[in-house]
Amino acid sequence: MIGAGQRFTPLQRLLHWLMAVCILTMLFIGVGMVSTVMPKYLMLVSIHKPLGIAILVLALVRLVVRLRYGAPPLPADLPEPMKLGAQLSHYALYILMIGMPLLGWGMLSAAAYPVVLFGGAHLPAILPQSDSLHTLLWDAHFYLAYVFFALVLLHIAAALFHAFVRRDGVFDAMAPVPTHYEIAPAE
Amino acid sequence: MAQLHQSPARSVFGSLVLIAVIIAGGAAAFAFTGGWFSPQRLTPDKMVDALTPPTGEPLGHRRNHAKGICFTGVFDANGAGTALSHAQVFTRGQYPALGRFNLGTADPNAADATVRVRGMGLQISTPDGQEWRSAMVNPPVFPVSTPQGFYELLLASASKDPDAMKTFAAAHPEFAPFGAWATKGPWTGSYAEERYNGLNSFVFTDSSGVEHTVRWSLLPAAQPVSVSPDDLAKRGPDFLEQEITERVRGGPQRWTMVVTVANSADPTADPSKAWPEDRRTVEVGTLTVQQIEPERDGPCRDINFDPTVLPSGIRTSDDPFPAARSSVYAKSYDLRTAEAKDYPRTAMEAKP
Repeated sequence: MIGAGQRFTPLQRLLHWLMAVCILTMLFIGVGMVSTVMPKYLMLVSIHKPLGIAILVLALVRLVVRLRYGAPPLPADLPEPMKLGAQLSHYALYILMIGMPLLGWGMLSAAAYPVVLFGGAHLPAILPQSDSLHTLLWDAHFYLAYVFFALVLLHIAAALFHAFVRRDGVFDAMAPVPTHYEIAPAE
Repeated sequence: MAQLHQSPARSVFGSLVLIAVIIAGGAAAFAFTGGWFSPQRLTPDKMVDALTPPTGEPLGHRRNHAKGICFTGVFDANGAGTALSHAQVFTRGQYPALGRFNLGTADPNAADATVRVRGMGLQISTPDGQEWRSAMVNPPVFPVSTPQGFYELLLASASKDPDAMKTFAAAHPEFAPFGAWATKGPWTGSYAEERYNGLNSFVFTDSSGVEHTVRWSLLPAAQPVSVSPDDLAKRGPDFLEQEITERVRGGPQRWTMVVTVANSADPTADPSKAWPEDRRTVEVGTLTVQQIEPERDGPCRDINFDPTVLPSGIRTSDDPFPAARSSVYAKSYDLRTAEAKDYPRTAMEAKP
């Protein structure tokens, strides 16, 4: 079990929960916007682009913070396959958090679409116009979005498994506020 | 949470069921958002499917207005448009323009004389890095009021039922003015003699923040000469492309851009309704087409003339079409760029 005080830093927990909201919003907007021709399409796209860039910036900040502060160790009694799964899935989540916005930005660049953020501000193209690059990046962005959502579901399932079944402090390490488990010794 | 921890009686099985329900709920919400439970939802995929001509999917080409030819030129703003919008494109000056003359058909091999609607895609770039893209057509009004109506028009046009169009027109009385133009309006022998109308309304914001709902048109400098469709059919399947190439080689062709400002009660959300003739108009500049290039290797080929790519100072209005066009054009673009091998470029081979 993770001992008292073995939690992510407040900054890490803030970044985690802020990004959790952003990423879930982003995935739902993405799957919704590609399936409608109604006026909300434009509203959804106009949120999708700046929110994607915001997630990119937050993910890079988070990566630096993670490298600086690390993470609490996993419980010693956690089976090896679960430890491996936890580590690999977190690598994958970081890759997707940083990679998906870059794929989106690159895909728009390769299609010669302006990348417009709020207030008419726009970002430069990061790739030359190219139909083959556009296709490659578009496919990656599209299919990886489903992979990302599946990983998010897996991540939630694992978090709840730690919270409800194993009760080993892993969930509490990232819980937004101290939970019963942590304050228990003071009772 | 505290409750859960305090009740060791809760079985592992119960917890696993709870987790499964939460995850299944998340997946279901995602699928619902993606329209998987809403077969009636009008999606870009459905619209693209409905556009598919009897000749099959136009692989490598736009899914509508599939036949076209590129042009480059300049837009000279006269400064008058600054009264309506603070976009840099209206500040007096010259800005590069790129565009595409096209036919309103999903068949890239259609004979020019068989296609009623002619169009122009246009992109004007300004030094502030912004772009104004637009796609205009020559009818004075759009055939239908809503994207759903357009979908029904596509289904009726493709239907084998001989009464399908009659049934459609009866259900869509707004179709009549377009129908009258399509059957009785004049045809010309040149892209240069056409008037191209934006039809959709947009909102211009001026430098004091005042908004004006407008539509715009490009009026040709060339005098239109009416030619019967029978005579046009004798000119060959690609006469429009050959004619405009020759014509521009002989000298640049010009259009005046006119912006019409709506009064407060005008139907800004319905492109099938013309606004009264006496509305304020402002001539904002001149488009000069200087060079024609075949689409296959031309600069317009990989441009999506998405009408929602707008500079600051122009935004979409309550007209539902720009959003629908944007979503469907994007689908068309994603498809055709992935099919580039079916519409190979020749530039590499042609160059010595």
